[in-house]
Amino acid sequence: MTDSKYFTTTKKGEIFELKAELNSDKKEKKKEAVKKVIASMTVGKDVSALFPDVVNCMQTDNLELKKLVYLYLMNYAKSQPDMAIMAVNTFVKDCEDPNPLIRALAVRTMGCIRVDKITEYLCEPLRKCLKDEDPYVRKTAAVCVAKLHDINAQLVEDQGFLDTLKDLISDSNPMVVANAVAALSEIAESHPSSNLLDLNPQSINKLLTALNECTEWGQIFILDCLANYTPKDDREAQSICERVTPRLSHANSAVVLSAVKVLMKFMEMLSKDLDYYGTLLKKLAPPLVTLLSAEPELQYVALRNINLIVQKRPEILKHEMKVFFVKYNDPIYVKLEKLDIMIRLASQANIAQVLAELKEYATEVDVDFVRKAVRAIGRCAIKVEQSAERCVSTLLDLIQTKVNYVVQEAIVVIKDIFRKYPNKYESVIATLCENLDSLDEPEARAAMIWIVGEYAERIDNADELLESFLEGFHDESTQVQLQLLTAIVKLFLKKPTETQELVQQVLSLATQDSDNPDLRDRGYIYWRLLSTDPVAAKEVVLAEKPLISEETDLIEPTLLDELICYIGTLASVYHKPPSAFVEGGRGVVHKSLPPRTASSESTESPEMAPAGAPPGEQLDVIPTQGDLLGDLLNLDLGPPVSGPPLATSSVQMGAVDLLGGGLDSLIGAPNFVAPPAATVPANLGAPMGSGLSDLFDLTSGVGTLSGSYVAPKAVWLPAMKAKGLEISGTFTRQVGSISMDLQLTNKALQVMTDFAIQFNRNSFGLAPAAPLQVHAPLSPNQTVEISLPLNTVGSVMKMEPLNNLQVAVKNNIDVFYFSTLYPLHILFVEDGKMGES
Amino acid sequence: MPVMRVPPNAGAAQPQKMIHSLFLINCSGDIFLEKHWKSVVSQSVCDYFFEAQEKAVDVENVPPVISTPHHYLISIYRDKLFFVSVIQTEVPPLFVIEFLHRVADTFQDYFGECSEAAIKDNVVIVYELLEEMLDNGFPLATESNILKELIKPPTILRSVVNSITDYEGSSNVGDTLPTGQLSNIPWRRAGVKYTNNEAYFDVVEEIDAIIDKSGSTVFAEIQGVIDACIKLSGMPDLSLSFMNPRLLDDVSFHPCIRFKRWESERVLSFIPPDGNFRLISYRVSSQNLVAIPVYVKHSISFKENSSCGRFDITIGPKQNMGKTIEGITVTVHMPKVVLNMNLTPTQGSYTFDPVTKVLTWDVGKITPQKLPSLKGLVNLQSGAPKPEENPSLNIQFKIQQLAISGLKVNRLDMYGEKYKPFKGVKYVTKAGKFQVRT
Repeated sequence: MTDSKYFTTTKKGEIFELKAELNSDKKEKKKEAVKKVIASMTVGKDVSALFPDVVNCMQTDNLELKKLVYLYLMNYAKSQPDMAIMAVNTFVKDCEDPNPLIRALAVRTMGCIRVDKITEYLCEPLRKCLKDEDPYVRKTAAVCVAKLHDINAQLVEDQGFLDTLKDLISDSNPMVVANAVAALSEIAESHPSSNLLDLNPQSINKLLTALNECTEWGQIFILDCLANYTPKDDREAQSICERVTPRLSHANSAVVLSAVKVLMKFMEMLSKDLDYYGTLLKKLAPPLVTLLSAEPELQYVALRNINLIVQKRPEILKHEMKVFFVKYNDPIYVKLEKLDIMIRLASQANIAQVLAELKEYATEVDVDFVRKAVRAIGRCAIKVEQSAERCVSTLLDLIQTKVNYVVQEAIVVIKDIFRKYPNKYESVIATLCENLDSLDEPEARAAMIWIVGEYAERIDNADELLESFLEGFHDESTQVQLQLLTAIVKLFLKKPTETQELVQQVLSLATQDSDNPDLRDRGYIYWRLLSTDPVAAKEVVLAEKPLISEETDLIEPTLLDELICYIGTLASVYHKPPSAFVEGGRGVVHKSLPPRTASSESTESPEMAPAGAPPGEQLDVIPTQGDLLGDLLNLDLGPPVSGPPLATSSVQMGAVDLLGGGLDSLIGAPNFVAPPAATVPANLGAPMGSGLSDLFDLTSGVGTLSGSYVAPKAVWLPAMKAKGLEISGTFTRQVGSISMDLQLTNKALQVMTDFAIQFNRNSFGLAPAAPLQVHAPLSPNQTVEISLPLNTVGSVMKMEPLNNLQVAVKNNIDVFYFSTLYPLHILFVEDGKMGES
Repeated sequence: MPVMRVPPNAGAAQPQKMIHSLFLINCSGDIFLEKHWKSVVSQSVCDYFFEAQEKAVDVENVPPVISTPHHYLISIYRDKLFFVSVIQTEVPPLFVIEFLHRVADTFQDYFGECSEAAIKDNVVIVYELLEEMLDNGFPLATESNILKELIKPPTILRSVVNSITDYEGSSNVGDTLPTGQLSNIPWRRAGVKYTNNEAYFDVVEEIDAIIDKSGSTVFAEIQGVIDACIKLSGMPDLSLSFMNPRLLDDVSFHPCIRFKRWESERVLSFIPPDGNFRLISYRVSSQNLVAIPVYVKHSISFKENSSCGRFDITIGPKQNMGKTIEGITVTVHMPKVVLNMNLTPTQGSYTFDPVTKVLTWDVGKITPQKLPSLKGLVNLQSGAPKPEENPSLNIQFKIQQLAISGLKVNRLDMYGEKYKPFKGVKYVTKAGKFQVRT
């Protein structure tokens, strides 16, 4: 006899019949009826109409029936709040039951009934259960506090349950400790400012003891909690690491990864000269590799995390390349991740193996995977110079296959190889040109055009080739159009006699017939340059390009450091900071790696580079596609890099202004003089960011948008009060978004890094919508301008005066506080209504 | 590729930790069970999953983490079923995936199989189990020993009793608190009694390998496990020692194992759970320790501008330590343009599925005197270009009484109980993901 009988229905109407059975006198019939109700629930049928009838069955000695009724209650109490109150009495009674199983069941269920009205009746039973003699009841009650807090936070605070919960961290039973930690972490997550999990060496010790004895799930909660702690010095960090490492051998992969997170974070505090540091590095490799033999879903999450780990500490897995080799029946999502890590681990020592593998993959069936494999070969060439020649010949072999998408990918990467090793592999150009006709993807067409333009002097029929593209100019994508314009200008500068007509043609296509402003602007710039000062034009357009960097697709170092603190979480899977995607952006605390603090007798100087990118390891990254200046100079269209938001240092602003003035006159005044060519290359070395494109945003913004009133910046925090950091700022509202425009000036003698900002609770719930990102370290006497986007979904607390805002700003030196008043108009939406308050 | 969409902020949602809801979906896309631990989430959230599934084409390629505007869907694919969990905030995905596998394991354990039919037939027990396993998104009881005390598995006998008696007093719910739940050994139930006390260990090693065209090993490692079946009364305390424990340097342990004893003495010391469980899993990767027991000679070729090709493979024994290699199966995913295959095996039998293009050759065992081979013609779609890719061969085999790494159990000692148990250790080596490129 199986439960499938519960799914059969009769003609009379199911609900009607169930109602009758639920009200039957026979206990057994009742139970069967409740089972039928539950069966309906499992397939998503709405049986909430039976609420009173089911609740009537609650008063029973039969534990199974009681459990079933509770199951039902949890599902439907919210839709029937008035009826739910009927259940309260039974809960109160059950919490006094001599059987701990029933007490726990009652306290568990009542927390799941998300009905405001009845929560206050539940406080007394809960208070008793939190102090119950039976640990099973206590651990269940601990979770109930988190549930109740979710429904009514104020009530939980007023009733003092949070303190009781904190006491449970010292409970004698490890399971109770684990649940208390889990509950506190959950509550703390919704109240980042509260200091709920007050971690100190004593409580850490208790957690570490409980860690050895509680269940696997409890271990995860405890490890995640430990990861939030910052040890006071390297000794403490080491002793915690020592006690955490046994977790690396746990069968549960989530335990392993949480342990890895703690270790990766605390390792930051250990000196690399320490023997223990080396030991720890060695211990980390096997568990990470073991994760790859688990189910494919686990492998995927593990691989996303390993991707972060190899970027942070490549030495851990440098000998484990082979475990990332792809098996033909791996799911595609695993294949792509493995490939990515293979390239990150590629080095001179293993490049032969890697290349052989990549070549193998390039003949597989799956198109996405093949494309990525071809691209990977190019990345290897750029990364490992010794292998470049082999990579190029492998790519040529692949081009010979004539498989369309393989050829296109190969051409895209060969262009990068040309950038990296100029004047070395031009002999292959002929082969590339043979495949011109088969290119139908914009990126491949653009790459090919770039190659033709760049090496125009060596390709006899360059003008014919480019002319053939010109026929369908208006059907091309912008990327191709821009590239074609530049290539033809280059060609003209190299072979001015034969190509005058061609260049005229493209300039008029770009400036007169196009409605794309980027294209028009670029066309005009070239036109003026060519017509006023061809020598300068040559110097600008054919200027020597900076080499592209070795690694592409690297995660920006500060983000990487933050993500290391989030190993094992969704953030680590998406490689985005949690603030970017957690619902409502609510209460996300920024985590950062702990700075290295030496214990007393260590000789390391305290101002040694703390967390973040140590100076000197700054990587210059291939400029993004949208980078206008890069385009202008035809720097390249490398793969997009996650660009830094909205921060422009004053150095950059200077460069922008300079060019900006020129541009204005370029468009406006006829007697245009080309900007001195020298300034352009001079600025190339500086991290240009999106300086120029910002400029365009700015000018157009001023011109067209009647943004709301913006007060001039006032000094909020004088340097005197903040160990040399001066902050001035103002608030703006533009097109529905509020931001806080800050200007940070370093008036101290040392470099400042690791900025973070936090707001105290305030009247309108103003909170930063994104972390405060200051990208480069702020050197003495440098100033940065930052626009910090705000939202109004933070915690609310009435302030005096109403528009008072208390702010804390942290940097590597200290934490500073100031308060300021914000103009209320920034909260008003443009259509005259008040924004969410 | 997993969808990397970042959902927009969705306003004031309640903080919801851990797993919010679970949907079970079969291969034809029917949602046949849903369980909500908090408020009810509409089934329509699964549309995002179906969308991803459609994009992935193959069921195995559905990305395990999918983001939707208001939720994340984390799923596993087990036994032709999708377990799709809905979460709303930052939750460790591995935690969720591990938990989902544990749910599937529990169904397997309770019903003998984890299938739609078994789950539907036991839907009430399933619901009770899910409720017991997760409270407010926190795992509550996931150990099989504990669960079985709280909720009894269905047995034929109990079903009969349930249907003929008046039900009174027959219930599948235990009414006392499981004793193991809070002790320091939560994995073991109390009051275990057997008339025959037995402890069996299976050392199972799987060889994962990639062999390249020329027959040299690109990659090889051994994934080993020791599975135990322990039926011992009372509270036995066991110590398992090995002749060569140094082989085990990359191990994952069942929580019952005392890590300190292992660190200091290289002995597995533990109070076991009752019944079947995985004691340890381990990995042996150093190349010289991984023997490759078979070799394959192959020649697969497609002629340019012709609609046929030749196929010829032969299997032979290599480092097999003098043991018989049996249960050999060769599976090949042939290129899409292959219409049919006309082959002759010297032993065993083969099938070719013209729809999935999978060739399966059931070889049996190798006798070194006459090596098994499979030869013949491949018919291609006429006019189609010759396939670029050469198929990989997937090999399965089994060797009894051998742990290929050389791992050997030395002895098993029992403390804490007076009786003498039956003891036994079995070794077997199998092919794991064993692939030969051609």
